[in-house]
Amino acid sequence: MSIPAPQMVPAPVAARLPHLWRVTVDPGHAALMAILLAILGVFVVLPIGVVLKVALTGTEGGVTLSHLARFFHTPLYVESLVNSLVAGLWTVAIGTVLALPLAFVVARYDFPGRMLVVTLATLPLVIPPFVGAIALMQIFGRAGAVTLLFQDLFGLRLNIMEGLRGIILAQALHFFPFIFLTVTTALLNVDRSLEEMGQMMGARGWRLQRRVVFPLVLPSYAAGALLTFVKAVDDIGTPFILNFKNMLGPQAYLRITTVGRDDVDGYVICVVMVVISIVCVLASNWIVSRREYATLQTGARSPEGGRTLTGWRLAGVLGLCAAIIGAGLIPHLGVVMLSFSKVWSLSYLPSAYTLANYAEIFLRAPRFVVNTLVYSVGAALLGVVLAAAIAYLLQRGRVPGKGLLDWIAMMPIALPGVVVGVGFLRVFYGITLPWIDQPLAATWVIFVLAYMVRRLPYALRASHAALHQVHPSLEDAAGIAGAPRLRAFRRVVLPLILGGVIAGGVLVFVTAAVEFSATIILVSRIEQSPLAYGIYIYSQSALGRGSAAALGVVAIVIVALGTYLANRLSGRGRMAFTL
Amino acid sequence: MRSVALLTVLVMSAAGLVFLPARTFAQSQQVAVITSFPKELFDAYKAAFEKANPGWTVAVVPKPTSAAITHVRERAARPDVDVFWASAVDAFFFLKANNLIERYVPPAEFRRGVPDKVAGFPINDPDGFFHGFAVSGYGIMWNKTYLARNRLPAPKEWDDLIKPVYFGHLVITAPSRSGTTHLTVETILQGYGWQKGWELLIQMGGSMGAITERSFGVPEAVIAGHYGIGVVIDFFGLSAIASGQPIDFVYPSLTSVVPANVAMIKGAPNPEGARRFINFLLSDEGQRLLFKPDIARLPVRTTLYAEAPKGIPNPFKMQAGVQFDADLSAGRYNVTNRMYDQVITFRHADLRKAWEAIYRAERAVEAARSAGRDVVEAERLLIQARASARYVHVSEKMAAEVSGGMDRDAAYRSAKEREWGEVARTSYARALALANQAEDLARRR
Repeated sequence: MSIPAPQMVPAPVAARLPHLWRVTVDPGHAALMAILLAILGVFVVLPIGVVLKVALTGTEGGVTLSHLARFFHTPLYVESLVNSLVAGLWTVAIGTVLALPLAFVVARYDFPGRMLVVTLATLPLVIPPFVGAIALMQIFGRAGAVTLLFQDLFGLRLNIMEGLRGIILAQALHFFPFIFLTVTTALLNVDRSLEEMGQMMGARGWRLQRRVVFPLVLPSYAAGALLTFVKAVDDIGTPFILNFKNMLGPQAYLRITTVGRDDVDGYVICVVMVVISIVCVLASNWIVSRREYATLQTGARSPEGGRTLTGWRLAGVLGLCAAIIGAGLIPHLGVVMLSFSKVWSLSYLPSAYTLANYAEIFLRAPRFVVNTLVYSVGAALLGVVLAAAIAYLLQRGRVPGKGLLDWIAMMPIALPGVVVGVGFLRVFYGITLPWIDQPLAATWVIFVLAYMVRRLPYALRASHAALHQVHPSLEDAAGIAGAPRLRAFRRVVLPLILGGVIAGGVLVFVTAAVEFSATIILVSRIEQSPLAYGIYIYSQSALGRGSAAALGVVAIVIVALGTYLANRLSGRGRMAFTL
Repeated sequence: MRSVALLTVLVMSAAGLVFLPARTFAQSQQVAVITSFPKELFDAYKAAFEKANPGWTVAVVPKPTSAAITHVRERAARPDVDVFWASAVDAFFFLKANNLIERYVPPAEFRRGVPDKVAGFPINDPDGFFHGFAVSGYGIMWNKTYLARNRLPAPKEWDDLIKPVYFGHLVITAPSRSGTTHLTVETILQGYGWQKGWELLIQMGGSMGAITERSFGVPEAVIAGHYGIGVVIDFFGLSAIASGQPIDFVYPSLTSVVPANVAMIKGAPNPEGARRFINFLLSDEGQRLLFKPDIARLPVRTTLYAEAPKGIPNPFKMQAGVQFDADLSAGRYNVTNRMYDQVITFRHADLRKAWEAIYRAERAVEAARSAGRDVVEAERLLIQARASARYVHVSEKMAAEVSGGMDRDAAYRSAKEREWGEVARTSYARALALANQAEDLARRR
């Protein structure tokens, strides 16, 4: 849950300060630290603390585990827990089956179109799984194109989207690039000399892969797979769109909205989700930290590419890539087609096309798109400012308590969106804003704050990385040249870190724009609702699938453009999503 | 030190930027409406109301009826919505009984041309707490492409739906989940009588491909072609037809007509807005809006039917085969819903298996008969199987007796539910065994 510690740099000696202790504790830094801790305390620690407190407080006060015990004695909850875990595991399993062969051929062979394969393979990440689910229903559902085709050709009745299977399919197709990217990176980073040593010892082909390469890549894979699992369990949009309620997230939502904000069970479910999430994130971090020791040998990375392929091998590899990427792009195709369809009922393709769905979302009900932009930009701005301040303190601060700050700021990475939503609702419904005489949780500001908290770790990592590249001596040099600290920051540090910091902001923007889990808990008025909830609302009316898909296309475009921009700004070749 | 100040100012100003518009937002005159209606409907009314009432805006809180009730109940001390707007009349009974809605009688001009009752069902609450603004009938919608693909005839009456050809092609939602479906079920019970009605419902349940969790899930499944035929409230069918989907809809001769309602929340933050909104719904303009193709509901103002578009029936002229008895329905509300869940929704898999086996056995018996074999014993078993697969354990008299206790006592209720569920399970298992036996017998040479 923490950022790899930046290398220690000797703090610049503040020659003008007479007292030695000021070198270790800077009062300005201490003040900033206090402000930041207060902000994080209110918006991160308090909501999650309240959820824990409600779940663990007995009816007569005092700490109790009886609610938690009741969870495990309620068949519906146990079933929901099992379903969530099973769906997460299958998502990882299918994602692995799709990702590993692709990663292997991309890292080990050179063939025409290789970079295109890498780019296309990351495209599934731009389509939120709950948007993909709408399209998959139209293709693999009971009356989907593929289902009809099988029925007409072979008389077979496929049942791919029924129940958990549909959720697993939608999530696997969305998440497999995560695994693909981690494994590809790891494969490319495998020290070639280790492989060569293996070869010298007589290992060839499969044996070489199994005995030398796999053990080296396994930790990266495991870490990536665990994070995929966490994200899959956290995703409640897909079960909602596919109307499958017996999972943890939907159950928490249903308890809180239909039984009430005071229903203990809703909070208990949240705690179970947090525990699952924290265990996985910690395990993932532990695996990554252990990996540092795994290869003490340092040597040249594998050269880009590898064996050049020709003939039938080339054909085979290209066929494999086309098949996997084709599967990953099915949801995109489905969403676009659905967004232009007027009538698509029991036919392979829509039987009547229209632009009315786009007219609906841009002209008749533009608020979903506008709200999304406002909230996401707000969250990105707040997040960036906060993250930059935190990163600055963590790296340059002369003040105790940095570890705590880091830990709290990274905490949201292990907090499911439902839990953030429930915590915010509980805490901020009680706080009334005097000038508008409304609870904070009833205003649209709550979305900005919740999204900011959810994505703060992304912004923080970006700021951290950017600031890390600026050596403090540059500031010192500016100081020696007579610039006060503020001006030194503004004129020297800021321009150097701006690109990275903005990249972090764009990432916050992109992920906030398609945030569903916290949204569905916090939203009440339709006028305040962002795009993700709009998609849900449209999908809740029998004739709204087309408009839902059109909003889905908008989401895809926002995410795709934003991701591209973030990559350009951070100046890295990899997808920023691997963060 | 100054960089710290700069950062602080940045954080604060960013926060301020975000908070500022919230202030301007709250100053317009606003009426907040909590509703279970679909987007097409509330969007149309929001736009029309805002146009007719300059300076006013409508805020919509869309929630399923049960979540809407929770929302209102939780905020009773400090309500944040002004109007409750939904179909299910029982939700309004609950709100009224729990002192969550306010009495309001619209001026006479908004009540003109609205009869007291439609097909025997009172349109408005006699005490003036809630008002019907639209009426709906119940019927059967189907996907024409689906029926053609599967070579199925179009159904006309409720009892068409138990024909073996429709097995697995039907879809309905549980009455406990949907107030409108509850009224459909009650219509069938009142139209056919308790015993025959339940037999029909149970056998129909065996033919259901799915029992959805949400009422709109039925039209959705039929429009998408997941299932062929759905039991729905009329506007689901009529609006799908109007928007060009390959759908058709019919009112069976035994149908009933009931109102959808609106009420003002007690302690509404903006009572003036609430009154305006309710008046607007009942005004000529608001009533005409119901005719919009994607809404397709029936106004309560009878005089407007002269201008109704093609395909919109006049419920006040319809021969409603059932004089809906609202008191009878309300009196056994819990029994009907709980019983449907116990014997049909929760036993759907068993019920389906039993009827599948019965229909298979029937075909085997038919084949044996045309082959000239003796089928007397097999037919005897089949008659028993059919009786067991639609066994009605609770008589009408018993239902009336347990109704009060079920409303009051949770323990009594769950004991009864367990009993009904268990009887259903064993009956359907017995039916399955009998049907399999009959089939074996018919196939034996």
